[in-house]
Amino acid sequence: MLKIIRYSFFDLIRSSWSYVYLLFYLALGFVLLFLNNDISKSVITLMNIIIVLTPLIATVFGIMYYYDSREFIELLLAQPIKRTNIFLGQYLGITISLSMSLIIGLGIPFTFYGLLNSAAIWNFSMLLITGVFLNFIFVALAYNIALYNNNKIKGFSYVILLWLFMAVIYDGIFLISLFIFKDYPLDNFSLAATMFNPIDLSRILILLKLDISALMGYTGAIFKDFFGTMQGVIISLLTLGIWIIIPALNIYRKATKKDF
Amino acid sequence: MKHHTIISLFALIFFSVGNGQTINVCKDCPISDLAIAIELAQNNDTIVVSNDITTNKPIRINKNLTLIGNEYPIMDGMNEHEILTVQTDSFTIKGFKFQNVGQSFTKDHAAIRLIKSKKFKIESNQFENVYYGIFLEKCSKGLIKNNIIKGNATVEYKSGNGIHLWHCNNITIDNNKVSNVRDGIYFEFVDHSNVINNSSHDNLRYGLHFMFSNEDRYENNIFERNGAGVAVMFSKKISMHENKFLKNWGTASYGLLLKEIYDAEITRNTFEKNTIGINAEGSNRIEYLGNNFIENGWAVKILGACFDNNFTKNNFLNNTFDVAYSGRLNNNSFENNYWGEYSGYDLDKNGIGDVPHRPVKLFSYIVNQSPESIILLRSLMIDVLNFSEKVSPIFTPTDLYDSKPLMKKAL
Amino acid sequence: MITIEKLHKKFGSLEVLKGIDLQIKSGGVFAILGPNGSGKTTLIKSMLGMVIPNSGDIWIQGENIKKQWRYRHQVSYLPQIAHFPKNLKVAELLKMIKNLKNKPCDETSLVATFNLAPFLNKNLGDLSGGTKQKVNAVLTFMVDNPIIIMDEPTSGLDPVSVLELKKIILAERAKGKTIIISSHILSFIEEISDEIVFLLDGNIYFKGSVSKLKENTNKSNFEEAIASILTTSYA
Repeated sequence: MLKIIRYSFFDLIRSSWSYVYLLFYLALGFVLLFLNNDISKSVITLMNIIIVLTPLIATVFGIMYYYDSREFIELLLAQPIKRTNIFLGQYLGITISLSMSLIIGLGIPFTFYGLLNSAAIWNFSMLLITGVFLNFIFVALAYNIALYNNNKIKGFSYVILLWLFMAVIYDGIFLISLFIFKDYPLDNFSLAATMFNPIDLSRILILLKLDISALMGYTGAIFKDFFGTMQGVIISLLTLGIWIIIPALNIYRKATKKDF
Repeated sequence: MKHHTIISLFALIFFSVGNGQTINVCKDCPISDLAIAIELAQNNDTIVVSNDITTNKPIRINKNLTLIGNEYPIMDGMNEHEILTVQTDSFTIKGFKFQNVGQSFTKDHAAIRLIKSKKFKIESNQFENVYYGIFLEKCSKGLIKNNIIKGNATVEYKSGNGIHLWHCNNITIDNNKVSNVRDGIYFEFVDHSNVINNSSHDNLRYGLHFMFSNEDRYENNIFERNGAGVAVMFSKKISMHENKFLKNWGTASYGLLLKEIYDAEITRNTFEKNTIGINAEGSNRIEYLGNNFIENGWAVKILGACFDNNFTKNNFLNNTFDVAYSGRLNNNSFENNYWGEYSGYDLDKNGIGDVPHRPVKLFSYIVNQSPESIILLRSLMIDVLNFSEKVSPIFTPTDLYDSKPLMKKAL
Repeated sequence: MITIEKLHKKFGSLEVLKGIDLQIKSGGVFAILGPNGSGKTTLIKSMLGMVIPNSGDIWIQGENIKKQWRYRHQVSYLPQIAHFPKNLKVAELLKMIKNLKNKPCDETSLVATFNLAPFLNKNLGDLSGGTKQKVNAVLTFMVDNPIIIMDEPTSGLDPVSVLELKKIILAERAKGKTIIISSHILSFIEEISDEIVFLLDGNIYFKGSVSKLKENTNKSNFEEAIASILTTSYA
């Protein structure tokens, strides 16, 4: 599997898209810092971008890469390699290269502007960690969609729909249900609802680092107890982990069955 | 030792010629008990207490005296009683260390209680483990300066205030540090008084609390990590200048709580990292000028019945919500403020944005309706909602906007 | 030696292989023929484990290939159309496949045969279809595997390369290898194949040598023989 990871990775980091992606983050980092010169504020702006754009780019990139390399996968399938290794290897290859673009692209400008000596370093690290998590989750979801849909157009539409759902529609439904049931205690419901959407979960994780946890206290003890503690962060991270493992397992399962 | 006594005696004789005598109290002095010294003393005498003297009994004074502690002699309440109760016209105390004031549910035991004094100074004392620290009843024209007061309050109903004023006027409270009590500084029916250069932090309830007090001024104080920074209630003509309200985080935490107050001036204060910067309710004719609101949950929350308030040249930076407003009617003006979130432009380069800014977001209205929805903070969906509300306000007041938003921070 | 038993494969509701029983003995060139959609590619891909059959078994060199991958150490495959990662160079691809095959490989003579030397340092994305197919051929033949499977190997190749390919195939046959080819180019098949199998609608319609086919259909020409099968079966 390592071989496949390596080849997909090197294939990807040589593709112009990786550079575009890297340059995008580089430019974003520099422009934000240039305009703000305030790392803390840039981290907040960056959060909005990361939780919205990273999933979008990860899904589109993931599905594009899969469809692009479908024939190559066929070539690999005829080689003496375990089937699942091909898919998981490619999956890891993409996520690692995407994550590297993210980390390098944002890391350079922020280091340049004195991040290492700034108090924002933990916020920033949390930003990158969730960004990496989102890459892993959404590439895995995109791969699932790709494995079930041989039709490129269909696959792309599903992926966009998935992103739209997670980034916007889910929260809309969430909000509406909060209003419908507002006479009931909703703390636990809200916590659970957050866990079912990796974008929401990442958003909360970053917000927690940005000292919003106390703001959460405004609503009641349950939020505060959950988000105010290390336990909340750990549970959130674990849940993000589950969000990677389940789709990845399904890639594994589907990979042993799919015809080419 | 003998030598020392002779000098003391000499001093005694020497000063008795003047207006008041000085009585020394120390272990090897003729007088080694503060209570006896006070009993012996005449009006206008000075008592100097050396730090080898510890006083464990409650002391009562009803003469005009000056008490000076040499290197903080201890006055101990033994966790049972009040320490010093003074009822006299003129009184000065300096350089003592008060500790272990007795807690009581029936009496407000204090380290120093001053009753009906018309001229007093309480200066450079230390207070530790107090119930009430300094308690003034019906006093006037006094100075409380350079004191350090520490309690160990854990719950509100079992704790007292650091500096407590009741029916006083013309008092100056300067450069004290108050922490870990219920209210750092408490004013009830106190007029024409100044609170300046103090630091009030980690108190259970308020850093500074005004009730029914008029024409007072507080300036250049720091209120940090209190249950709430400052509460001003049922008061008129309070000026609040250049104070810092920091890190008052919590469910019902404010930097500044205004309730039923009129004609106040709030200028050049900094509100940073509070759950709510200013929470105003029933507050009228207040000038908010040149304040900084930085990284608060809500910078300004305006609840019912606030009229004719003017917000001018304030800076709103990185707050989750700049202004929250209940109701759709607005009688307050916002002009020439700097809004970090302002997304307009300034084509004529006059430093004033060409498009008005609407500081009230739909989401703050939503959170008001359903507090749990705070969990959706900064979600893309919320941004979309906020944007559409901005374009055509439905839930937020249509006329609440800054028509002349500044492009750069106001200094 | 390849043995296929009762091989069924459905894609959705479309039944592509309807119970294929087939034995391919070691050594020689074995051609799989049939009209479009008759199941040639599916059969080949089943042998390679790229298509997972609904039922039935395949044994290659005595090993049931279900959920196995190591048998592919003995199989070379030349696919119909070659698609490679665009950003890899030819030399890198060769290196990578060699690395994956994990066997001694000899690509230098093949690179020379197909005149690929000038392209070694080019990105695969920049190559023409024909050149890619040549690269593909190099990948297939550089390893010394007892079984070689080719799906439409001549597509996209220029006549000179087809000739080279034919030479290579014959050379491999001479070494006693089992070569399985699916192709539409009947002249090519007639020239090199020892045995053919004709698939029609997912069933084996004919299995045997070219001469036997001519005999069965009473035609002297291979193409006419094939045509007659198709006309009779669809008549």
